[in-house]
Amino acid sequence: MRAFLLTILLLIAQPLWAQDLGAVLDANRDQIAKPSRQTIGPVITEIAAAGEGADRVLAAWADRRLGLAGDRFVIVEGDSATDAVTGESVTGDVDGLRPNSGVRGLIAAALVQFQLTDPDPVRRRAALTAIARQSDESHLAALREAPAESDPILAARRDRLERLLTIQYDTDTDARLAAIDSFDGDAGTDLQAVLNPLLATTRFAGPELPADANVARALTPDSENLPRAEAYRLLVDAGLAEPRPTDADIKAALTANIAGDAVGGVPVADLGDPDRRDDAYTALAEAGTVPTAATADEVDSALEANAFADLFTEPSSEITDAARASLRGMQTREGIMQALDLSLDALSLASIYFLAAIGLAITFGVMRVINMAHGEFIMMGAYTGYVTQTMIADRTLSLIVALPLAFAITFGAGVLLYQLVIRHLVKRPLETLLATFGVSIALQQLAKNIFGTQARPLTAPAWLEGSITFADGVSISTIRVAIFVLALLFLGLFLFLMNRTRLGLQVRAVTQNPGMAASMGINPDRIAMMTFGLGSGIAGIAGVAIGLFAKVTSELGSDYIVQSFMTVVVGGVGNIWGTLAGAALIGGLQKGIEVLNPSNTLAAQTYMILFIIIFIQFRPRGIMPQRGRMAEA
Amino acid sequence: MFIRKDPSILVFLAILALFTIGATLMSEAYGSGALPTSMIKVLGKTLCLALAALAMDLVWGYAGILSLGHMAFFALGGYMIGMWLMYARTGEIVSATLSRAAIPPTPAELQDGIASQIFGVVGSSDLPLAWTFAGSLPIQLILIVAVPGLLALVFGWLAFRSRVNGVYLSILTQAMTLALALYLFQNDSGFRGNNGLSGLQNIPGLTDVPQADISIWFLWASAGALALAYVLAAWLVSGKFGSVIRAIRDDESRVRFLGYSVEGYKLTIFTLTAMLCAIAGALYYPQAGIINPAELAPIASIYLAVWVAIGGRGRLYGAVIGAVVVSLLSSWFTGGRAPDLSLGFYTIDWVDWWQVLLGLSFVLVTLFAPRGLSSLIDLAARLRHPSRRGRDLGPDVGALREREAKA
Repeated sequence: MRAFLLTILLLIAQPLWAQDLGAVLDANRDQIAKPSRQTIGPVITEIAAAGEGADRVLAAWADRRLGLAGDRFVIVEGDSATDAVTGESVTGDVDGLRPNSGVRGLIAAALVQFQLTDPDPVRRRAALTAIARQSDESHLAALREAPAESDPILAARRDRLERLLTIQYDTDTDARLAAIDSFDGDAGTDLQAVLNPLLATTRFAGPELPADANVARALTPDSENLPRAEAYRLLVDAGLAEPRPTDADIKAALTANIAGDAVGGVPVADLGDPDRRDDAYTALAEAGTVPTAATADEVDSALEANAFADLFTEPSSEITDAARASLRGMQTREGIMQALDLSLDALSLASIYFLAAIGLAITFGVMRVINMAHGEFIMMGAYTGYVTQTMIADRTLSLIVALPLAFAITFGAGVLLYQLVIRHLVKRPLETLLATFGVSIALQQLAKNIFGTQARPLTAPAWLEGSITFADGVSISTIRVAIFVLALLFLGLFLFLMNRTRLGLQVRAVTQNPGMAASMGINPDRIAMMTFGLGSGIAGIAGVAIGLFAKVTSELGSDYIVQSFMTVVVGGVGNIWGTLAGAALIGGLQKGIEVLNPSNTLAAQTYMILFIIIFIQFRPRGIMPQRGRMAEA
Repeated sequence: MFIRKDPSILVFLAILALFTIGATLMSEAYGSGALPTSMIKVLGKTLCLALAALAMDLVWGYAGILSLGHMAFFALGGYMIGMWLMYARTGEIVSATLSRAAIPPTPAELQDGIASQIFGVVGSSDLPLAWTFAGSLPIQLILIVAVPGLLALVFGWLAFRSRVNGVYLSILTQAMTLALALYLFQNDSGFRGNNGLSGLQNIPGLTDVPQADISIWFLWASAGALALAYVLAAWLVSGKFGSVIRAIRDDESRVRFLGYSVEGYKLTIFTLTAMLCAIAGALYYPQAGIINPAELAPIASIYLAVWVAIGGRGRLYGAVIGAVVVSLLSSWFTGGRAPDLSLGFYTIDWVDWWQVLLGLSFVLVTLFAPRGLSSLIDLAARLRHPSRRGRDLGPDVGALREREAKA
């Protein structure tokens, strides 16, 4: 280090102290010819300070292009060779120098200062990249002493690199703290790579902590962070305690020393008792047959007598505190980004549930009927999309055809179901539930028989593939955006239908009071049929949408049906805003619980259902209950 | 005495006894061997399912609570007995292995051996807290009714006190079932995840007894449990309790206005039937040999409702008939033993089409025969004169109250 500072000093004072390159080379000829990593440092420093031409010589030396022709140093360029000092061409045999990789590393480090001042910005950038990839403390001084950078981008990069190296190599604590502080708000991976090693710890075990130790955290033996066996092993490794054989070791030792039907005076039959085993082992140890071992009591007292801690390898607590704070800030910002990403996920999940549940909610609102076959209508829609795609090759066109087709088919199926089954079971909601369940298992098996059990692909058009990225780590796939838009579209369509059309008026009237509506000339049977068909039709469209990102199987519907039920129950019936709120709650909750325990989606669903069961305690009729005289019926 | 009021109890018990004796005489262990052991197991399991259907009929047919969660209690009962069976059986194997070593094992070694045998498949070797009593048969037997009973009590109390009823309650019970199934599916919940508990047909301590004998013992136990439960259920529904729960089914608000604690009655019947289901499950799974969380799928509970509906709800023998007929038919059709039906242009393979047939016939039964298969029995009974036994239940002479009391 000191030698290097001297070099810098020499460089600055070049006009005064300039030494002739030739003289330097001549003076150190033997060293240069047969360099050793330990002793070559001062020589390289001297050459680097030799002024004009020194960088050429060092570069050639590092590239193994420097050679000796007689007593002159020459630089080999392909077939020709030039004198290292004067630059005139040289003929004759050249004895090439082959410095080993250690020496070449030293040369490369010395070269950095030349590259940093190189007039070519490409080479300057390359030098910065090289330092960023692998740095050592000599680079810090080189960076600091290099003349001002003219290119603003390179200047910023160099400044950042200099501060990073300051954190790593500077000897002055205040300068390092200032450098860490200067990165406030930054979350670059290079910064993390610099900060994380500062927080490296080693595990300490001993009678008491060293006075100047920078303690990361104190540990108590037999806790989650330091299991008992691990703590004792630390003591044994530190030479502070005798090793204690494991239970298996003891057993093996006892087995090896069975004499007749006793071990160490203890009958073999008694060895099922752990205390008796200890007795036997102690007896063997006293007799000298097995090595002595710490008893359980000794282990306890040894663990009691010693302190355990994680110590930072970095001695300064100020530095570690600053690094920890900085990293924590980074984690917080990362967490916010993740939360953002998650809320996008939750939003798309909520729109899927909304699409799946909206039809269920309408039919339940109007007729008090839960349609268990709703999930199978979703499946029917997805299969419609699949069949359309097998007939129409163009994906965009087939999707455009499939959406209305799915609506039409499931609308028809819904109307058929209503006419054949549900209208005969009016006022018997539980039986409707069971009858539609019968339809559900029949439809599901029918789909299995027709399309087979394996999943069928429903491929999205190219413009729906890929994802939209908002920021680092915040992205959402385009299909989910499309589903969100579709959900919004249906919300708008539904609001329009309910509030602005005659059908909507009639539906609302039947929902509120079927008897009164009938006496006003509305045919409740027809209205119920229309709403049932409409709800089923929307299920079909939801099916196409779900099929785009999930595999189309006969069980597609049943995967979503329970969540759809939940959405209806939580949201309340007879009000589309309730369904929306229910879907948002269920989707948000599911994603929210998932983030708390990302590895376990099963647990997330379990807790979500538990939450809903408890939620029903407080709002038995959902978030937006139906009001009016019919609500209690 | 309630049996005199309802002679169908005696008929049922007689048929059950005949069935059991017949099965015994045809078994491999005690009779001619006309029925293979696997068939005896199927019959025994069917009796257990009938017991569960009986419980379902009490809670749905009589009290009007369409619970889609009773198969969860059934499976919980199976898990409780399965824990003991698996622990004790593994214990036998492990101690046999360890006793071959020169030194007898310590209790801790034994337990570690058992735990790593049972839980090695889910990558764990610690005994979970839930298995604390798995080594003790009496405690585990108590848990068979205690755990599902407690779950039903808490769940029912929460649901009924907030007046969740009708379709809402059905969906809530379905959610409970799903939550329980998902919980058991997790590897770290301590029930071996989706591997479930297996090897339950090996009864600890009875290793030398052939399965043929064990299966017939379980058949007797199942038949006995069914008979006891049938008498209990008949006694329950014949008295005042039965009248109140039927009244709740027909008009809950009115019963509440009359001053009855509707919630109390519902909670009682819900918890009681959950326990009955758990007992049925505890008898079922040792015959099935394996239990896994898929048994708790919501669909299983819906099938239970299907059996009761097809058999005829609101009458105890209806539930039993439904469970026996549908589950036996189901295993006949899906077992590939049913002959294919050729339509000329298409051959119906019943393995594939049975579900369709079941679903459609279920719709038809719901639509046209709300009393299910037991309406056939009604038909037969109506051919004879109604037997009054000289009693008059109604206020006036000729009032048909007696028949209503039976329904």
